[in-house]
Amino acid sequence: MFVVVAGGGKVGSNVARTLLKRGHEVTLVEQRPDRYEQLEREFEHQVQVGDATELFVLERAGIARPADIVIAVTGDDEDNLVIGQLAKEKYGVERVIARVNDPRNQSLFDLLGIRQTVSAMQMVLGLIEHEVPEHELVHLLELRKENLEIVEVEIEKGAACAGKRVEELSLPQGARLISVMRDGTAEIAVGATKLEPGDQVLAILEPGKEDDLRKLMLKQ
Amino acid sequence: MKAIVVGCGRVGSSVAKRLAREGWEVIAVDETDAALARLGEDWAGGFVVGHGMDLKVLRSAGIEDADAVVVATDGDNTNIVVGQVAQQQFEVPSVVVRLLDPYRAEFYESRGMTVVCPTKTAIETLVGQVLDHVEAKA
Repeated sequence: MFVVVAGGGKVGSNVARTLLKRGHEVTLVEQRPDRYEQLEREFEHQVQVGDATELFVLERAGIARPADIVIAVTGDDEDNLVIGQLAKEKYGVERVIARVNDPRNQSLFDLLGIRQTVSAMQMVLGLIEHEVPEHELVHLLELRKENLEIVEVEIEKGAACAGKRVEELSLPQGARLISVMRDGTAEIAVGATKLEPGDQVLAILEPGKEDDLRKLMLKQ
Repeated sequence: MKAIVVGCGRVGSSVAKRLAREGWEVIAVDETDAALARLGEDWAGGFVVGHGMDLKVLRSAGIEDADAVVVATDGDNTNIVVGQVAQQQFEVPSVVVRLLDPYRAEFYESRGMTVVCPTKTAIETLVGQVLDHVEAKA
């Protein structure tokens, strides 16, 4: 595959290196001359210098062939957004992956049609939530393309589901339980699985169904 | 009529002042509070400090019931994003975006954005002047 990677920082250079190792064709684009010089020693002709939001820079990198994938991983969300839009709409690139630096900008990527995004910060926040018990419902994984997410919730004493079997619950439409963890052992949630306070439950659901799940798993 | 001007530099501040003089209610938005000085001591309009891509900032400037938004920060890509947010999310009836890069300007214009590109104007004017000058001499 032919991949254009915009942004030669830690993320971009590692992505480029990995793709090259797997035998793909890569052009890496870096704006800062000092960083470019350093990258050039390693990537040689496979790295180019320039602002990847400029059309001639993208074209020189080969985007119009078109590239099979464009990966926009600069440190500026507005740049990643514009690179994504140009790749998709001007050059007909079918797969665009963009990095969200500031999680507050996620909604902008959604609004402007850049659906496939990665956010290191969001992942770190998710891990922190996972480790800090006072968050009652934790987002573990977002499957944006599939419009699903995996969450973890700890069943509270007095919750509607406590003491019931999974098959007895009226789970919201678009939500399923995956597993139940009790005293350090996890088991797949089946109809006969009984839920107890303190159980950590993994669930897969459509975004927006969290509140329905909360009503069931937490004390009201 | 109410206008939000995002980016209060040379262009943004002048646009804000002109619209205010025309009787518009104008709220300027800029990342730095120092930009307020550009509007002059007698500025009677609003001023919000914050980044134009921050929806909270746009809301607190009153974008939800604005009649027009002018986007003129010093970053083309920021302007492209803010312009689309004003158009698509807040459905502001009139959105004008200043872009310095003629190529990005052309592309986003073709997608229905109202773009003003001073670079393009400068190029056309300069070339026109030179050609006129040559023709006058011939």
